[in-house]
Amino acid sequence: METPIYGLTVRDVTKHFKRSKKPEDKLRFTKKIKNILKPEKEIIRAVDGISLDVNIGEIYGILGANGSGKSTLIRLISTLLLPDSGSIHVFGDDVVSNSMKVRRIMNRVSVEASFFKRLSSAENLIYAARLYGISSSEANKKAQSILDRLGFETKRMDEEMESLSRGMQQKVAIARALLTTPMLLLLDEPTTGLDPKSKRDVQAFIEEIRNDRNAVIVLTTHDMAEAERLCDRVAIIDNGKFIAEGTVKELLAMVPAKENTTTTLEDVFIALTGKNLEEGDA
Amino acid sequence: MLNIRRETIISYAFIERNFNLLKRYLNWEILFFSYSIVNALTIGLIMVGRGSSQDVLYLVIGALIWGFLSIMMREVSDAITWERWEGTIEYTFMAPIYRITHLVGSCFFAILYGLLRTGLVLAFMPLFFGEHIDLGSANWLTMGVTVCVSSLSFIGIGLMAAIFPLLSPEKGQAATGILQSVLLLISGIYYDIAVLPDWLQPLSHISPATYTLRSIRAAMLENASIESQAGNLLLLLGIGIVLIPFGFWVFHLAEKYAKRVGRLKRSG
Repeated sequence: METPIYGLTVRDVTKHFKRSKKPEDKLRFTKKIKNILKPEKEIIRAVDGISLDVNIGEIYGILGANGSGKSTLIRLISTLLLPDSGSIHVFGDDVVSNSMKVRRIMNRVSVEASFFKRLSSAENLIYAARLYGISSSEANKKAQSILDRLGFETKRMDEEMESLSRGMQQKVAIARALLTTPMLLLLDEPTTGLDPKSKRDVQAFIEEIRNDRNAVIVLTTHDMAEAERLCDRVAIIDNGKFIAEGTVKELLAMVPAKENTTTTLEDVFIALTGKNLEEGDA
Repeated sequence: MLNIRRETIISYAFIERNFNLLKRYLNWEILFFSYSIVNALTIGLIMVGRGSSQDVLYLVIGALIWGFLSIMMREVSDAITWERWEGTIEYTFMAPIYRITHLVGSCFFAILYGLLRTGLVLAFMPLFFGEHIDLGSANWLTMGVTVCVSSLSFIGIGLMAAIFPLLSPEKGQAATGILQSVLLLISGIYYDIAVLPDWLQPLSHISPATYTLRSIRAAMLENASIESQAGNLLLLLGIGIVLIPFGFWVFHLAEKYAKRVGRLKRSG
């Protein structure tokens, strides 16, 4: 029997970092000096043996608190980090050995909309599009159409990025990712810190992409309602490990409802991780 | 396979972006340009009234060429520093581009910008020095060829300098400055390398700036032809041929290390 090719396949991926340990306050002088010369290191298991498959046309949600490993996993998929072990394939291509091919069909929106702040959104978008071999005229046309659909006033495209609100910057970040028509779209907390209106605009647009195109979308979030609304399947990540995975319905069924109440995704998260989503561990 | 047309368009993205940034920071550019003029004047004026017009020009050439070479090295390295601070480096490294395309674009901008700024400073010099400098006997062709050939070596050094901000945006710029200072010391920018201690002189012979200055001074002060400078030019070419691939290789190693330990993440 042939193995099916998924849009995204992650197998047993691990990424550990070494970090200097915080020295104790009451250390003897000699130990303090020793610590400065050779600081003690601790291992951070940012991603610890994660596996997942995402089908074409599916939105796969990763739900986790701050520091749980969501962004590290996204960086591993997007070729910005090299895994310590395991493998990641995008439409059958390995992200390490065939990174150039993978980069052509993938893009990412991160929680911080990183741009050249003094350049206008048009200049930033044209620059980003050129890196994918897209001409400035095509980029301009596409950017206008995407920004328009996102509810961004396109007449403000010539304003410097630093004069735009966080919500508007994030919309430009989404346009930057979609300009290249990616088959794998990595959305790393795309609505965190946005005002309710911008949040709704972005969420509606993600739904639109799902309906319009057969892309693979991975969405990390700590917004339960967003996960429920957008994701076909959701994984809960804690301390670098997936502790549950399934459709929202399947996850809700994992925790029995309390008297006269219905179980929410938040109840599931708290029951499985022992913490709420605002807590972080890194 | 490398599609030259596509890679050229992509390389242009970096040139266009940097010129756009230059326009946005025009006030700062005017300030830096004024500083370059003041710097060249301060150094040239040391010899006014003490030495001949040749001596004044000797120092002014040192200041100008050092300015040009510093701009080239710094701009290549700053291209990375800037992206680290803005957080865009992850997007550049995630794009389907060859690193050579990325860095060649940054290097081309550095050369164009360096030539533009140094040319403007040079144009201002006669206004201040008047009869104290005589450019009448300069061989501009030899000077131009030397600048072009030496650019190769300095691109190589710039590529190596770019690994510092790649690994640490906070301390990387300072490390690039240290590298520049060492080159300034050993290359005879304002003095003959013969005055350096014996143990330091071998380093002068491997610095491309030594041969660049030797050739440009000969062209500007003695009307030296390209043929007469063939030895210096060949040495510069040789150093460039070695340093550019070496620079790329070092950068590649640094990029791999940064991806292994997670250094590309935005900081600052």
